[in-house]
Amino acid sequence: MEGFGEVLKMYRKTEIINDSKAPPAEGFGEADMIINVGPQHPATHGVLHLVITLNGETIKNVEPHLGYIHRSIEKMCESLSYRQFIYVTSRMDYLSAHINNHACALCVEQGLQVEIPPRAQVIRVLMDELTRIASHELWLGAMAMDLGAFTPFFHAFRERESINDIMEETCGARLTMNYMVPGGVMHDLHPSFQQRVKDFMQLYKSKVHEYDEMLTGNIIFQNRMKNVGVLSAEDAISYGCTGPTARGSGVSCDVRKLYPYEIYNTLEFDEVLETGGDSFSRYMVRVREMQQSIRIIEQLIDNIPEGDFQTKTKAVLKLPKGEFYSRVETARGELGVYIVSEGATTPYRIKFRSPGFSNLSVLNHIAKGSKLGDLVAMMGTLDLVIPDIDR
Amino acid sequence: MTNEELKIKLAEILPTATIEEAAEIGPGWITVNVEPIEWLAFAQQLRKEEALHFNFLFCLTCIDWKTHLTMVYHLRSTIFHHNIVVKAKLDRDKPAIETVSHIWRTAEFHEREVYEMFGVDFLNHPDLRLLILPDGWEGKNPMRKDFEDPVNMIRL
Amino acid sequence: MWSFSNIANSIHEWLSNNFNPTWTIIIEMVIAGVAVISLFALLGLVLVIMERKVSAWMQIRLGPNRVGPKGMFQSLADTLKLLVKEGLTPGGADKFLFNLAPFIAMIVAMLLMAPIAFAKDFQLWDLNIGVLFVSAVSSIMVISILMAGWASNNKYSLMGAMRSGAQIVSYELSAGLSILAVVVMTGSLQVSEIIESQRNGWWIFKGHLPMLIAFVTFIIAVTAETNRAPFDLAEAESELTAGFHTEYSGMKFALFFLAEYVNVFIVCAIGATLFLGGWMPFHIGKWEGFNHVMDYIPSSIWFFGKTFFLIFLIMWFRWTFPRLRIDQLLNLEWKYLLPISMINLLIVTAMAILGWHF
Repeated sequence: MEGFGEVLKMYRKTEIINDSKAPPAEGFGEADMIINVGPQHPATHGVLHLVITLNGETIKNVEPHLGYIHRSIEKMCESLSYRQFIYVTSRMDYLSAHINNHACALCVEQGLQVEIPPRAQVIRVLMDELTRIASHELWLGAMAMDLGAFTPFFHAFRERESINDIMEETCGARLTMNYMVPGGVMHDLHPSFQQRVKDFMQLYKSKVHEYDEMLTGNIIFQNRMKNVGVLSAEDAISYGCTGPTARGSGVSCDVRKLYPYEIYNTLEFDEVLETGGDSFSRYMVRVREMQQSIRIIEQLIDNIPEGDFQTKTKAVLKLPKGEFYSRVETARGELGVYIVSEGATTPYRIKFRSPGFSNLSVLNHIAKGSKLGDLVAMMGTLDLVIPDIDR
Repeated sequence: MTNEELKIKLAEILPTATIEEAAEIGPGWITVNVEPIEWLAFAQQLRKEEALHFNFLFCLTCIDWKTHLTMVYHLRSTIFHHNIVVKAKLDRDKPAIETVSHIWRTAEFHEREVYEMFGVDFLNHPDLRLLILPDGWEGKNPMRKDFEDPVNMIRL
Repeated sequence: MWSFSNIANSIHEWLSNNFNPTWTIIIEMVIAGVAVISLFALLGLVLVIMERKVSAWMQIRLGPNRVGPKGMFQSLADTLKLLVKEGLTPGGADKFLFNLAPFIAMIVAMLLMAPIAFAKDFQLWDLNIGVLFVSAVSSIMVISILMAGWASNNKYSLMGAMRSGAQIVSYELSAGLSILAVVVMTGSLQVSEIIESQRNGWWIFKGHLPMLIAFVTFIIAVTAETNRAPFDLAEAESELTAGFHTEYSGMKFALFFLAEYVNVFIVCAIGATLFLGGWMPFHIGKWEGFNHVMDYIPSSIWFFGKTFFLIFLIMWFRWTFPRLRIDQLLNLEWKYLLPISMINLLIVTAMAILGWHF
């Protein structure tokens, strides 16, 4: 028996030595479990890295570690001309590439002080809204998959595919379109564009009830979404949330309504607002926003004015000395482009105010105290696109 | 509030600040230049003043002018929908400014980004660490104009 | 008429004529063992391809369609791939338990095959506590999952295992109570007697509403017990990557995978036996003519038809519902299913005593 006691003592000693070697990290209690979600994890939809402190299943702290897809686009743009840098921005929020390009084109046009022809304006708005629907469709499928429902993903992709086909026909690309250029759009619409958009809208309208049946009306889905990740309106403003994330909390922040660009002030559409602030409200905002985008497309598709699709601009663009800021509403929120020009052919400093970066910062605030399964629902409804956050 | 009214109001709050007219070309927002020491008190007033109510910090960034750094804060009000730009000139060798992360929570992440990219020290920031760059990049400040990285940077 | 029982009897007769009784028993046991193992493998293959086809059908796509006719050999090809894959054991793992866990999962699934009546007079072991045996053995399953989760030395695995432990232990209660409802009605735990008692109609029809409630409870509980969506929290790939089998690869992973599908088959077979009459054809009371027509359909077809219908039901759940959260999962069991099935059992007992059933 004595020998056994000796062994036990030795064992304990080694344990103590091990403990002194690696003291618990500061800020973490002894009972906490630290889990790394990402950079490769099915729920992060990209290379987001979250360090989660758990107490059992309950979340105590979420700390994002960014930069796995940081390409320093801002620095890159400093050595690219005003025509070139727009193409790089397609790679930021790749799901609303059109809208990113749009913001950059608007900012350069602000500096050049060129008016773009009405046809180009209508084409731009049409493309923006189609992109918004495609982006929300992908979000819907991916979010449903995070919650464990696989089937809506394929149903959402059916509609998204037909938008991608339209894009491919007109822009030559399905994801990074690079269609907007300073002064208008790169080339004219494909002859079958109108017909295909109409076909798509018919398809969408005949299938939209499937989402309600599979998700909105599903009791498990509602239980998973309601009262999860509640974000108050004050916090949404303070954390700089924009887009559907803030509108789900009742904050009116649609740039298309507040600071209209292009022809948005002549169009009839509603800013979708929900007051719940929980994941379900954010979900409903996006679902209803798709209907509003359809409404905008309906108003425009038969009224595309004839004329030029591009204003003549100089081959080498030079912005005057000064500062320019443009903002647009992407599928994820407000994208700001801030250009500081010294009068050269390249921007002196460029800053992209990406919506995802601010929306991500709210994650720790809303996730504290909820279960690990809820974190996935929250991340799903914040609609994080990692290249947009890292830039 | 229009730009003219804003100018009068802002001059009341901070008489030492220089208020620039909105440039002819550009978004048409007035710019307020403040000293870094005055910034925190001014920011609190911008947020609290009923008539101003600048509750939304929608962009926070820094510009390297080779001789000095400039912090740029874009603010707007979600009630009145007016915008201003606040700029603060910082010393390039030892840039430091008070944090505003407790006034606008979004500043916490944006200031961390500026800290690692430009090396600006935000005083009293709750958690000033690298956010995007990996460990070992402290003090390298890749977004400054004189940053050189022969391996990863391609000069055009 | 062609049936499994005739084949079994002829084999038995031939063996008795050629060997002494001891050898007959031994050879029969070997045949039964080989049959179970091959059935085990075959069921895995069939159920995997069925799941993929069902999911493809619900998700408006084609599913596997390259290997063999209509992609029927896809799961065979997958198994071959898994067989030749390296079975990796992580450095920090408890090697003995890590390698033991998948085999326990498989052995449990095989043991559960013993009391199932696949056709008329075609049963491996008609023991007198058949139903009790099933519910007792099926709870060993949780040990293999806990073992896998703990031995992997991975936090995701551990969390998946803990979730699974909490889940299986809870749902065993209502599964057991709904099984008891049938046992109370029949008055026997023996599988053959339970089937025999449904000669004049299946329990789901004979037992009025309480039996229907028991059936629904049973289906929900076994879906949770087999870790199938919407109760697949142990795997929850969007939260825990792959839950308790995150670290498994190659054939060890395949064994877990196989065991899951075979478990689905077994619980559906039990459900079909208890509530839908097992191999018993569809009989209505004293309608002799109708009953005779139904008897012309072989009993094995009845059994597999009912079982696969229930399997389809469980697959249907998986491809339409989102996953529950852990607290909602336990709430559902302890606050709703358990009280309902307890009261239901009381009602069923009263019905059995008073004879209020057909």
